[in-house]
Amino acid sequence: MSASDEANLGSTAGGGGASKVRDTDWGNPAEHFFDGVAEVPGSAKTDPVLIARGVQRHFGGLTAVDVDHLEIQKGAITALIGPNGAGKTTFFNLLSGFDRPDGGEVTFQGDTITNVAPHLLAKRGMVRTFQLTKVLGKLSVLENMKLGAQLQSGESMMKALLKPIWRNQEKAVEAKALVILDEFNMVHMKDEFAGALSGGQRKLLEMARSMMTDPKVIMLDEPMAGVNPALTQSLLGHVKRMRSQGISVVFVEHDMDVVRDISDWVVVMAEGIVVAEGRASSVGANPAVIDAYLGTSHTSLTDGGDQ
Amino acid sequence: MNWSLILSNTVRSGITQTAIIYILAAIGMNLHVGYTGLMNFGQVGFMAAGAYGVGISTYTYDLPLGVGILIGLLCGFLLALLLGMPTLRLRSDYLGIVTIAAAEILRLVVRYQKLKDWSGGTNGINGFADSFQAWNPLSSSAKYGFEIGPLNLRFTGGDLWEIGIGWSLVLISVLIMWRLVNSPWGRVLKSIREDENAARAMGKNIFRFKMQSLIAGGLFGTVAGMFFAIANNSVQPDNYSRPFTFFALTIAILGGLGRVWGPVIGGVIFWMLLSGIENLLKEGVANDKIPQSIMDGVQVGQVRFMLVGLGLMALMVFRPQGIFGDKREIAIDVRK
Repeated sequence: MSASDEANLGSTAGGGGASKVRDTDWGNPAEHFFDGVAEVPGSAKTDPVLIARGVQRHFGGLTAVDVDHLEIQKGAITALIGPNGAGKTTFFNLLSGFDRPDGGEVTFQGDTITNVAPHLLAKRGMVRTFQLTKVLGKLSVLENMKLGAQLQSGESMMKALLKPIWRNQEKAVEAKALVILDEFNMVHMKDEFAGALSGGQRKLLEMARSMMTDPKVIMLDEPMAGVNPALTQSLLGHVKRMRSQGISVVFVEHDMDVVRDISDWVVVMAEGIVVAEGRASSVGANPAVIDAYLGTSHTSLTDGGDQ
Repeated sequence: MNWSLILSNTVRSGITQTAIIYILAAIGMNLHVGYTGLMNFGQVGFMAAGAYGVGISTYTYDLPLGVGILIGLLCGFLLALLLGMPTLRLRSDYLGIVTIAAAEILRLVVRYQKLKDWSGGTNGINGFADSFQAWNPLSSSAKYGFEIGPLNLRFTGGDLWEIGIGWSLVLISVLIMWRLVNSPWGRVLKSIREDENAARAMGKNIFRFKMQSLIAGGLFGTVAGMFFAIANNSVQPDNYSRPFTFFALTIAILGGLGRVWGPVIGGVIFWMLLSGIENLLKEGVANDKIPQSIMDGVQVGQVRFMLVGLGLMALMVFRPQGIFGDKREIAIDVRK
C-alpha cells in the first residue's frame, strides 16, 4: 500500500461518520465555479477537467454525436440531458473510452485520451457506471468492491500463487471497501451475492465500487433510472458527497427534477450536438432546450392558433 | 453374475489412468469455462500439443524424456498464444469456434500420412517413453495393493507408478487452482465471466487476464495429454478428437463449474458410472439376465452411453449447479 493509498483511506474514513445523516448539507464547493461563465454551447470553464473538441461518431449514414466544443468543470456536478436518441450515451462512451470517435479529440486533465483503452483511463482516475447496471452477480458485494482497487499485486498471475506477497494489501483493500460500503450504508449486505440485490441496491453498489478506484472524474450513466423515489434521495446524497470530496461528476439523466436538484451545470444535447449549456435554474427556459424536448413545431402550432 | 468383478472394475475405473487424464483436462476447462467464461471447445488440442510435443521430440529427434516434457509444455503455451491472439478480443463464442477447429486441424495434420516420418501418421508414435517406466522404483510386473471383501484393488507395479504420478499431478493442479482462484487474480477472472465491461471499467486489462487464463487452463490440458502419451508409451492421433473435449466438459459440469474440486469428483463419478453400467450390462448379457432381443454384448458399449446420458440429463434437471455447485448461483442466472 502506497502513501497515497493511505491518504485516500484516511479521507474516506473521515467521511464515514457523517454519512449516516441522509441528504444533509454537504455544502457546495462548486457554488461559485460558474460565476461569469457564459451560458452558451461550448463556453469556456474556469478549470476544465475534460474537454471534447470536434468529437464525432457516425453509425453508417447517421451522425450520432457531433460535439464541436465542450468543457466539463472540475469538482462540479455536470448533467448531460436531452431527449431520447440525442446521443448522450454514445457521447458518454466516447468520453470514457468505451467507444472510439471517428474524429476529434478528448483531453482529460490536459492529456489526450482519445485512443486510450478504457482500463487505462480507470487507472488515470476516470471511472464510469452503466445505464444497465453491471454488478458481478455471482460475486459477493464485498468481492465486487475489492475488484475496484487499483494496483493490486495479487492480480499478477505469478504473485497470486504466493499469498504472503499480497495478503497485507488484500487486508487494506478490504478495510477500504468496508469504509466505503459503510458510507453507502451497505455493510450489512457485504456477504450477499450482488446478483441477489434489488435494482436500486445494484446502482448503489456500482457507485460504491467506482469509489474504490479513487476516481478524479466519475461518470454516471442514468444513475436514477428504475430506482424508487426514496432511494433516489439517498443516491443524490451520495452524488453530492462525491462532489464534496473533490470528485468531478458527469451524469446522464432523464429525470428533470433530479437534474435541477443536484446539477451545478447542465449540458443539453439533441440530435448529436450540444444545443445549450447553463445553470440548472435557467437552462429550462432556453428556447433551444424547449425545441429539443418538444420539437420545433410548437412555435408554429401556437402561431397557427393565434392566427 | 460376478458382483466382485463388477464392483472392482467400477471402482478401478474411477481412480486409474483414464479418469486421471480426463480430470486433468477438466481442471483446465474449469478454469476456462467455469471461472473465466471462455468457451474453449478444443481442450483436446492442448492435449495433442503436449502429447505430440513430447512424442515427436523424444522419438523423432531422440531428445531425453525430461527435455521432451518441457517441449510439450512449450507447445501447449504456444498453442494458447496462437488461439488467443486473434479471438480473445472478440465475443466468447468465436473462441469456441476457433478452438474446436484448431484441435481438429492439429489432429488431421499429425495423422497426415505424408508426415509419417515426423509425426507417425495414422499409426502414431510408439515406444518413446521407456525411461518413464525405467524411473519406476517398483517392480513393474509384481502386484501391489489389497482386497477389501469383494473389492480387488491390486495393481501391477507399472500401473501403480502411473497412477501415483497421475494423482500427484491432479493434487498439484488442484493446489495451484485453489491458490489462483482465491486470489485477486482469480477475482478478476470471475468478474470477466460475469461482465467484461464492468471489469474493464474497473481498470482491468481484460485481454491480459483472458490470455493468462487460456494459457494456464491450456497447460493443464497439455499436462493431461503428456501424461496420456507417456503412461501409454504411445500417441495415437485419433484419441485426440472431439469427444474427449466434451467428456472433459461434462466432467467439469458434473462436478460443478467454478469449484476447485468439481472436476476431480466429477471425473471419478463419471468414470465409475460409465464403467459400472458397462460391467453390469456385460455381466447381465453374459449370464442371460438381459435377453438377446434387447441387446447383445456388442451393443453394451452404446447402451451404456445412452444410460449415462439419461443420468446426466436428470442431473441437469434436478441439480443444475452440479454436485458441488451453489443453487443460489443458478437462481442469479435466472434473474438476469
